[in-house]
Amino acid sequence: MTYLAKPKFHHPSLPKNAIGFTRRDYEASTSTLCAGCGHDSISAAIIEACFELAIEPHRVAKISGIGCSSKTPDYFLGASHGFNSVHGRMPSVLTGANLANRDLIYLGVSGDGDSASIGLGQFAHSMRRGVNMTYIVENNGVYGLTKGQFSATADRGSKSKKGVVNTDNAIDLVAMALQLGASFVARSFSGDKGQLVPIIKAAIEHGGAALIDVISPCIAFNNHPGSTKSLDYVRAHNEAVNRLDVLLGREPITVDYAPGEVVSVTQHDGSVLRLRKLNDDYDPRDRLAAMDFLQQQAAEGQIVTGLLFIDPDAEDLHANLNTVRAPLNQLGDAALCPGSAALDKINASLR
Amino acid sequence: MTPTDIAAPDYFHKVVDCQWACPAHTPVPEYIRLIAAGRYSDAYMINWRSNVFPGILGRTCDRPCEPACRRVRVEEEAVAICRLKRVAADYKDDIKGRLPKPAAVKNGKRVALVGAGPASLTVARDLAPLGYTCVVFDGDTRAGGMMRTQIPKFRLPDSVIDEETGYVLDLGVEFRSGSRVDSMKALLAEGFDAVVVGCGAPRGRDLDIPGRREAADNIHIGIEWLASVSFNHVERIGRRVIVLGGGNTAMDCCRSARRLGGEDVKVVVRSGFEEMKASPWEKEDAAREGIPIHNFLVPKEFTHAGGKLTGVTFEKVKAEYDAKGRRKLVPAGEPDVHFECDDVLVAVGQENAFPWIERDTGIAFDAHGMPVIDKVTLQSTNPKVFFAGDAAFGPKNIIWAVAHGHEAAVSIDKWLHNEDVAHRPQPAVTLVSQKMGIHEWSYKNEVMPDERYAVPHRDNAAALADIAAEVELGFDAKLALAEAGRCLNCDVQTVFSAPLCIECDACVDVCPMDCITFTQDGEEADLRQRLRAPATNLAQDLYVADGLKTGRVMAKDEDVCLHCGLCAERCPTGAWDMNKFYLEVAQAGPACR
Ligand SMILES: Cc1cc2nc3c(=O)[nH]c(=O)nc-3n(C[C@H](O)[C@H](O)[C@H](O)COP(=O)(O)OP(=O)(O)OC[C@H]3O[C@@H](n4cnc5c(N)ncnc54)[C@H](O)[C@@H]3O)c2cc1C
Ligand SMILES: Cc1ncc(C[n+]2csc(CCOP(=O)(O)OP(=O)(O)O)c2C)c(N)n1
Ligand code: SF4
Ligand code: SF4
Ligand code: SF4
Ligand SMILES: [Mg+2]
Repeated sequence: MTYLAKPKFHHPSLPKNAIGFTRRDYEASTSTLCAGCGHDSISAAIIEACFELAIEPHRVAKISGIGCSSKTPDYFLGASHGFNSVHGRMPSVLTGANLANRDLIYLGVSGDGDSASIGLGQFAHSMRRGVNMTYIVENNGVYGLTKGQFSATADRGSKSKKGVVNTDNAIDLVAMALQLGASFVARSFSGDKGQLVPIIKAAIEHGGAALIDVISPCIAFNNHPGSTKSLDYVRAHNEAVNRLDVLLGREPITVDYAPGEVVSVTQHDGSVLRLRKLNDDYDPRDRLAAMDFLQQQAAEGQIVTGLLFIDPDAEDLHANLNTVRAPLNQLGDAALCPGSAALDKINASLR
Repeated sequence: MTPTDIAAPDYFHKVVDCQWACPAHTPVPEYIRLIAAGRYSDAYMINWRSNVFPGILGRTCDRPCEPACRRVRVEEEAVAICRLKRVAADYKDDIKGRLPKPAAVKNGKRVALVGAGPASLTVARDLAPLGYTCVVFDGDTRAGGMMRTQIPKFRLPDSVIDEETGYVLDLGVEFRSGSRVDSMKALLAEGFDAVVVGCGAPRGRDLDIPGRREAADNIHIGIEWLASVSFNHVERIGRRVIVLGGGNTAMDCCRSARRLGGEDVKVVVRSGFEEMKASPWEKEDAAREGIPIHNFLVPKEFTHAGGKLTGVTFEKVKAEYDAKGRRKLVPAGEPDVHFECDDVLVAVGQENAFPWIERDTGIAFDAHGMPVIDKVTLQSTNPKVFFAGDAAFGPKNIIWAVAHGHEAAVSIDKWLHNEDVAHRPQPAVTLVSQKMGIHEWSYKNEVMPDERYAVPHRDNAAALADIAAEVELGFDAKLALAEAGRCLNCDVQTVFSAPLCIECDACVDVCPMDCITFTQDGEEADLRQRLRAPATNLAQDLYVADGLKTGRVMAKDEDVCLHCGLCAERCPTGAWDMNKFYLEVAQAGPACR
């Protein structure tokens, strides 16, 4: 935490994006998290991703639950919409908002406690329904805000700061999302923005339920030697399967890649994802193989990161429910409330 | 790239842009903080130690520190460093008790100083308290050199010169006023152990064009005329005056003329307005007093009638640049211009002259008539004789004369202690953490955009009515506080400790200026390109540290760091800390030996 406001000055060469904003225009109020918290790095990555995508801040809705992680929407995209909801209830608030207005970009920001403990049911249903959103879990293996109790993602056998061993099995939200039909599933690390920023960009461009599980060390309560969510542990066990680059529209492909096969995936909205394989056998378009690979690596104590699965042709909840195209706030009274004759007609059809 | 050695005094010294640029290396941010705290006497003493003439320099310094100031790079205008120095001088208490005392015991060594300008007086100030017998000779009756005779009183009142030259002479320095040295040989024969030549660059250049001789009565050499004005030998000038030349002397000439009856005063320069040698603020001051500057005009002839000057004819020129970007003035091919006038002041340059130094005294001179001296020690080819100030390398300014004075004093002190003068003393350096608590720092680190405050001026009519009325009134305490708040505390350094760093990126994320990058090591040129913001200002160093767990390096571009301390405040492990760097140049005395 810091009491100093960030000065308005910026580097003279600070670039502007297509809509004339600098990265600094995507910032918000000063973070009150502990100094060094991984969540602050994720906020910085979200800022960078939105800047690079030249997103208009007022087109974004940030929705969160409760926790240090869920506080972070206050620290990025100050000009966006936001709803800091109830513990574990981010997915339903987001789903409702999305159904009411599909024109906004939905950023669901949650923690491992928020999503894997109290909110596990909500998490599961938003995934299986295919809500078009970027669901970011800032995963530190503890309840940071309530002073560091193990969360449901803490690995069995890992130790608390006081040395207590966790005897419960861990929930892997990535594995669950794959099983529940999410169409974009990734894992990354707060300490590797080179990997994280393109993944966030790709998820925002994705037209279905996108989960990003970001390992985000809690500096205050879970960054000690017995932890499997510490900076050192994650760096030592990080098994990245690919590196990603996101190209928008007709941007020329100029990126120079180091050796490794490059796979291009074109998403529904025309954005092209270029994936340089770090693991030649890994194909992010194969859900079953992904689930398999993940389990194997987990058994060996490795943390798999990268874009793990993508269905570029995903359809979302609106398509499944055949909802009206226009946001509800743009419909007139007559359309929103068609009257008793219309109701009678519906009732009759159900008899 | 080689990791940065922050223990080398130059590294952090360079980061304090103003102190590095100051020829005397005055600890600027330290005195600015003291001014902000209302501790004017303390601020004055820091200045007095470094630059000897804070009240004089606070009004007249050429201020090389200001173009170097970091505020220029992050905002636009420099901190008003110079005028804050004046604040310290204006509002200090009586500091006489804090000055060194005349030496109780003399050390038996005698030093002759030729000229009572800032160069000689600085040498005397440094040496007299150590026990040296210092004898200052000057043809003039009062001390100060050109500060006294050239700089107009409306920029620098006599009272300020009296006070600050007095502090030096009161250290037991013998001042032989009104006694010009006519022979170096004779001086050496008096058995001095060392001689300092601080006689300045006393000769004003003339302009040898047709009509010069015929109209001589109304054509004056600028610096001679200014001296006559200063001595009250000249009290009037014609109604229409042309000043030839574009340097600071020209600005002083035209502004003086405006006060002595010149109603239609114009400055005419050969070059373009932008390339004029005068400082921008002097040009502004002239403009404020209604003095136009005509450029690209080369004087061709003084016109006269009946032995009296009638005007000056100029040829119009334009600037042309060759392939190497060198400027040449070529005829513009337009008709000549003629300006009518009653008097002309020629301010086209200044030269050295050493008619009193015989060429067989062991002091070698080069083809240009300049003494052959060591650039650092200022020792001439006669090891007893040292040159300082304008006499050493041609006309410069007061602060350079002071800087030379300090170096010459060190050389003399070493020389007369049988030490190698070429072996120069290291500066005294301290580096101290400024952390007072979790969120408490000992300096004001809230950095805000804040434009430079203007110094109040005397009303134009009143200023022009009296040549002795000081034009600038100086900051009042409130303005001084506001201006002092613009200082970025560049001496409070970001100090990094790799063993403590856990590479959490907190500092990278929070830094408003994108100064900090963790990346793979590389050669400097390559590294500069790979930073969060490319480091294109090659005059500013990269701070590189290795020894991180991931094998990467921390690279910080010092260029536009605000010294806001956010990196240190956000660092969970204290790997970043804000340390105050204080550097004092070694002066003559036991510490330099
Ligand atoms: C018009 C004008 C305006 C200036 N304005 C500024 C300004 O605003 N700011 C600034 O920093 N600089 C200014 N300068 C430059 C500055 O005055 C000089 O650079 C500085 O004074 C040089 O100091 P010095 O000690 O080398 O010699 P000087 O100040 O020139 O002093 C030399 C002294 O030596 C004496 N002397 C010479 N020969 C002998 C001899 N044989 N025997 C005994 N005594 C002798 C002279 O009488 C003189 O008093 C200005 C110069 C001029 C001409
Ligand atoms: C309904 C309800 N139950 C319990 C709490 C107490 N509580 C606040 S935050 C939190 C856990 C947050 O953990 P996580 O989502 O991992 O966030 P972190 O602080 O670790 O980022 C809990 C249990 C609450 N606020 N509301
Ligand atoms: S308690 Fe942990 S998660 Fe919460 S702000 Fe501090 S470091 Fe971050
Ligand atoms: S901001 Fe202050 S410390 Fe920095 S260069 Fe300018 S005057 Fe010196
Ligand atoms: S003090 Fe630290 S945070 Fe502030 S500008 Fe300098 S490097 Fe950046
Ligand atoms: Mg948590």
